[in-house]
Amino acid sequence: MKLAGRIAYRIVMFALTIAFVTALWELYKIVGPQDGGKFLGVRILPRANDNAMPHVSTMLSRYSRPEVRGSDKKIWIVVLSGAWFSLRLSLVGFFLGTTIGISLAVLMARFNVIRRGLLPYLVMSQTVPLIALAPLVVSWGGKLEIGSFVWPRWLSASILGTFLAFFPIAVGTLRGLTSAPSAALELMESYAASWKQTLFKLRFPAAVPFMVPALKLGASGAVVGVVVAEISTGLKGGIGRLIIEYAREATGDPAKVFTAVFGAAALGLTMSGLVAFSDLFLMRNRPKETST
Amino acid sequence: MKKQSLKMALVGVAVMSLIAGACGGSDTAATEETTATAETTAPAAECVTPTPVKLQLQWFTQAQFAGYYAAQDQGFYAEQCLDVTILEGAVDISPQTVLANGEADFAISWVSKALASREGGANIVNIAQVFQRSGTLQVSFKDKNITTPADFKGKNIGNWGYGNEFEIFAALTAAGLDPAKDVKLVQQQFDMAGLLAGDIDAAEAMTYNEYAQVLEAVNPKTKALYTAGDFNVVSYEAEGVGMLQDAIWADGKRLSDAAYVDTATKFVAASLQGWAFCRDNTSACRDIVVSKGSKLGASHQLWQMNEVNKLIWPAAGGAGMIDAAAWDRTVALSQSAKNLEGGTVLTKAPDAGAYTNDIVTAALALLNGKGVDTTGSAYMPETVALTEGGN
Repeated sequence: MKLAGRIAYRIVMFALTIAFVTALWELYKIVGPQDGGKFLGVRILPRANDNAMPHVSTMLSRYSRPEVRGSDKKIWIVVLSGAWFSLRLSLVGFFLGTTIGISLAVLMARFNVIRRGLLPYLVMSQTVPLIALAPLVVSWGGKLEIGSFVWPRWLSASILGTFLAFFPIAVGTLRGLTSAPSAALELMESYAASWKQTLFKLRFPAAVPFMVPALKLGASGAVVGVVVAEISTGLKGGIGRLIIEYAREATGDPAKVFTAVFGAAALGLTMSGLVAFSDLFLMRNRPKETST
Repeated sequence: MKKQSLKMALVGVAVMSLIAGACGGSDTAATEETTATAETTAPAAECVTPTPVKLQLQWFTQAQFAGYYAAQDQGFYAEQCLDVTILEGAVDISPQTVLANGEADFAISWVSKALASREGGANIVNIAQVFQRSGTLQVSFKDKNITTPADFKGKNIGNWGYGNEFEIFAALTAAGLDPAKDVKLVQQQFDMAGLLAGDIDAAEAMTYNEYAQVLEAVNPKTKALYTAGDFNVVSYEAEGVGMLQDAIWADGKRLSDAAYVDTATKFVAASLQGWAFCRDNTSACRDIVVSKGSKLGASHQLWQMNEVNKLIWPAAGGAGMIDAAAWDRTVALSQSAKNLEGGTVLTKAPDAGAYTNDIVTAALALLNGKGVDTTGSAYMPETVALTEGGN
């Protein structure tokens, strides 16, 4: 029952936060300067007019109207199916990122020489701008053939999700694997436990509190990677593509782009929600203050 | 404990099904590339296996590329025994690079941008100049009094970058202004919000897209749509600094191969036939583009179709012919117009191999044999009424 109580509490808090942000948005629209505020020529206050900040009600009502006039497809269906498409790509990216991240962490925990050699490159890999990488990876689509497997275009977007996801997971897991107290490690040694036994019986359990936040970061990283890849390479079907297509119409229909942006936000929440769900399960035997 | 293992199993099943679902994503993604195989018109009798052709566009599906979609939809490509796949562009996709890397057989690109790529080593050749005129404008509110490029002085001038700004530099240079000192160049978004909000005094706009966007927006003062009367428009074509835009580019390495030249001729012919179809059937082409997945509204798309037709027709020398004078002007401007750093788009004139009229001449002969009107001398643009948001 404690668990149900915590979930209920979180749902209430979530709703309250949304209500608070909505109120803040509308309040700013009332008191904020219509044309924004400038201080020494630098814009510090955003514009409060309907073009820059549509009313929340306008944005929500946009969901129930058709995507384009004459089409019978309501925009919420389009956004939902776009989010679903991107969610599946993100999950593939996250799954690959988790696999790669944990494998690298184990390798680095096992062999000091690998850790010293590899870690700087991992850090460096994250400084490569995603938009520079995206066209390259996407060009594999339909060209790369491994045996009978032809690389599909959507997988390239997932790979970019993987690229952002594996790093926090690798670093977090590595930190976790090396966090076992030395007394416990020495105890395992005194039992003549093999490295593998130590890994599964001691190091991994000790790593869980480090891995959960890392997985959360990885999950949102996977979403960001996929959405950016969709924007930069125009992959059709996902939420990123919708954002850029609707952004073009922001001049005449400013609420439209927000529908897709909210879709992307919901996508990110769903992903970290999935991880939080696994967190409840993984951390079930631990004192609650470490759960985030 | 038992409860927990049940929960664990449920989580496991949920995760697995999601991952399985994700792996099934390929069929949805595959709809991206549409092919002409199953189209209406029956191919000629001698066509056994259609030649596969990939065309790389500069941007997402929209009426700017209607001719190619119409040729696909109306079976003009199939008639020429071609199986054409149209690849959409995106923010980070450069058609010139895609073509030079051999990932596409033909690409659509603006001449100045493509020549810059050619100077950078990409062996690409202009084989048909589809847009005979430039569609770039600089749009400003009436009260800014910007009617010529000389009025840009001291103003915030919006531009998109990525090689779409060359005409602005050419106009500034022609007006005797220094882009680095006399104007403030502002990076512009995909929408025209910057102009409406006043951040940009004069915004770059294509006649067929962004200019329509401002006319689809509601004027907060009057609660009605903005009208053309609210704006001043500087047309680079009218100012004499228009550069050639959408052209079909081919892979220069393969032009010595007779089979590729034959494919190119057929491809250009069928594409021009598609454009001729769109000239005479604007609404049908609008519908084709919408059915190919364009997210832009119907009235916006019809406006775009009409404006694009104006850039192509009438084509006195035949559609797709590369006019030496316009070409030379584009090259001269690319060499003389100074950018922010004082450099120019091209450092030297491109060699004679940068364009050829051989293919388009053969293609036009093919079309004239079929009775297609390739000059459009009687073409009259329509009047399109835009609605709010272009929907």
